[in-house]
Amino acid sequence: MSEWVRVQEADFDLSTEVARLRGGRRDVGAVVAFVGTVRDINQGDSVSTMELEHYPGMTEKALTEIREQAHARWPIENSLIIHRVGPLQPEDQIVLVAVAARHRGDAFEAAEFIMDYLKTRAPFWKKETTPQGSRWVDARETDQAAAARWEKE
Amino acid sequence: MAIKILYFASLREQLGTSEETLDIEAGLRVQDLLQQLCARGDAWQLALCDNPHLQVAVNQAVAGMDTVLNDGDEVAFFPPVTGG
Repeated sequence: MSEWVRVQEADFDLSTEVARLRGGRRDVGAVVAFVGTVRDINQGDSVSTMELEHYPGMTEKALTEIREQAHARWPIENSLIIHRVGPLQPEDQIVLVAVAARHRGDAFEAAEFIMDYLKTRAPFWKKETTPQGSRWVDARETDQAAAARWEKE
Repeated sequence: MAIKILYFASLREQLGTSEETLDIEAGLRVQDLLQQLCARGDAWQLALCDNPHLQVAVNQAVAGMDTVLNDGDEVAFFPPVTGG
């Protein structure tokens, strides 16, 4: 696992991570950070616990590859991906994608690209517990469509 | 030759196993391996061969049905990913 791609059970602190990402660089004019959190409702059912499973080894490879693609595609200074695994509760942070760049346009686009690819290519699986029992979360067509947008350009 | 097979998420639960080592003939493709596994019974057929959303990786990289397997390969079967 690299310094800029982390898969961990522990929570993260946004301010600490953004400061680390910037690393005191004075040419950075924009930092875009996306934090994904656990919702307490999905498909009309209340969710009490969300368990995140992943494929150790492949996960880090996939995320590193996505990050490298973003750096090849946009003139960005640095980027960071943190994804949590294990049992999570509603309101918990799941994922952080942060990008530092000279200008906001590149930072916004690169961050969205990383998230869209992460959601469709990194081997994570969510299992949620509802009053009806536990169930695996289905992949969504809208996530596939979001990722496909980046193929066209 | 021996390969390692991993099963994740709903597949792991359906099959009741997360990992196995299997001796196979050299030159086998992923689809040939699948046929062997699905011959084990209904649960295997349902989880793997009758599953239109099945994803496969070989040595931790996305692979296809035609990917040829080599000694020591790590093959993983899993459902569509749902992280983020």
